[in-house]
Amino acid sequence: MSIVKTDKLSFDYIRRDEEGNVEGITRAVNDVSIDIKQGDFIAILGHNGSGKSTLAKHMNAILYPTEGTIWVDGKDTADDDNLWEIRQSAGMVFQNPDNQIIGQVVEEDVGFGPENMGVPTKEIWERVEESLKAVGMYEFRLMSPNKLSGGQKQRVSIAGVIAMHPKCIILDEPTAMLDPNGRAEVIRAVRALNAVENITVILITHYMEEVIHADKIFVMDKGSIEMEGTPVEIFSRVEQLQQLRLDVPQVTLLAHELRKAGLAIPTGILTAQELKEALCQLF
Amino acid sequence: MSIILNHVSHVYGAGTNQAVKALDDVSLKIEDGEFIGLIGHTGSGKSTLIQHMNALLKPTEGEIYFNGADIHDKEYNRKMLRGKVGLVFQYPEHQLFESDVFKDVCFGPRNLGLDDKEVELRSYAALRQVGLEDEFFYQSPFDLSGGQKRRVAIAGVLAMKPEVLILDEPTAGLDPKGRDEILDLVKRLHDENGITVILVSHSMEDVAKYVGRLIVMDHGKVQYDDTPMAVFAHYKHLETMGLAAPQMVYIMNELKESGLRVRTDVATIEEARDEILAALRLKNTL
Repeated sequence: MSIVKTDKLSFDYIRRDEEGNVEGITRAVNDVSIDIKQGDFIAILGHNGSGKSTLAKHMNAILYPTEGTIWVDGKDTADDDNLWEIRQSAGMVFQNPDNQIIGQVVEEDVGFGPENMGVPTKEIWERVEESLKAVGMYEFRLMSPNKLSGGQKQRVSIAGVIAMHPKCIILDEPTAMLDPNGRAEVIRAVRALNAVENITVILITHYMEEVIHADKIFVMDKGSIEMEGTPVEIFSRVEQLQQLRLDVPQVTLLAHELRKAGLAIPTGILTAQELKEALCQLF
Repeated sequence: MSIILNHVSHVYGAGTNQAVKALDDVSLKIEDGEFIGLIGHTGSGKSTLIQHMNALLKPTEGEIYFNGADIHDKEYNRKMLRGKVGLVFQYPEHQLFESDVFKDVCFGPRNLGLDDKEVELRSYAALRQVGLEDEFFYQSPFDLSGGQKRRVAIAGVLAMKPEVLILDEPTAGLDPKGRDEILDLVKRLHDENGITVILVSHSMEDVAKYVGRLIVMDHGKVQYDDTPMAVFAHYKHLETMGLAAPQMVYIMNELKESGLRVRTDVATIEEARDEILAALRLKNTL
């Protein structure tokens, strides 16, 4: 069952001067055909300006394709009648926690989404409670969001999305503004949602360590999908990733360096544990 | 020539019931030409500390000296100080506002009261220093990429010819290549122009690679002030402060536990590789 499917999706940003004449066209997404299955943990990598965020914004109908088609949960986003259902099936979390929190109190903020959907009051409270518990923020429910750390605020944003009972959650660099602790908190919450609630996760990030547990990785460059595969497959291609202005996890890079120096170490090492085991074979 | 902080404390909301002690008796001496890393989790007092260094904040207690003069003396020229100690905030590109790149960079030096010619010369030189080509000078800063915008913002500070450059997480939100470009730029400014650099960072890998001295803040106090490797040796303590050592330190510790005799005080991938190769060679010949 596919949750997000695109067929030859392309998107142009059109720049206009003050009179509205077209000044230039930039193709941000170019001929992308992907198929994401319900329940998968997907990561999208790519350098700044590679088209990741533009693609993501198609997934809950913030942007519409210039060419091609995208279906979210089987519904074509180009059809206006599907808009509310699509926004409910696919929720989005952005980079800056301060731009997405509107409530004066944590639980009020989380309740905003379901309230807008016309969910009965009693059920709103149930959803708020379960969502805050799912991201480990229930004990903060009566606090002002201003008093929270960045990682805590991001988890409240995620709870706000889960309260709408989406099938899919798209996170656009949710950890970029956080410190290492906050980053770990958010990723732990996201992985739990995927594993426990079976919510499809689409994670856009610049941190390679965050994606080693993904089911599948897409690497974008110049608006196109350049690479796709499991973390092991993707991170085995160190040189190609570096050409695409990306990194590989530190452990993988060390394994790669050791292999270049002539040691018999397999490709696709992603964790310290795996590297240790490979090295122990050698002595 | 140095910055000296003498028993500096800072309390936000002093005298109210919400008073928060952000700095607690901090004493530091920053010498000319140092490349210093400043780490600490969110809320540890890093940002408060750096805002004291160019007098954006005034200490609740203690004194701060720049080149021997107390910067909170009545007659002290703090405007001059802010030109000498340049502060690049987080996400500095959010502060770009002019209609073109060149005008934006001119804003800082013009505010120092320099004449037009000097302002333009300095701005031109600063844009060259950050590696922005002439073709971008008269474009709107908002049409540039994230990494380019950030370099424009840094040029705006460099145009004031600072002796000390303080950068608050200059690589946040950039892709890996963009991170390397900004950090290499900072390193070049330090090595070639002799600017003293204070780099606030969340990336242990970055501070391990670039800085000579590492200051760790926790609960408003300086917990460590040493070479990066000496600090990272305390990685278990760093973890209790919400920090960590570079990943290489963990890997080397794991390898050592499983019987490979490697040093654990390595921070970069190249050092780790050489250390592992040497240990293996030793093991197999013995």
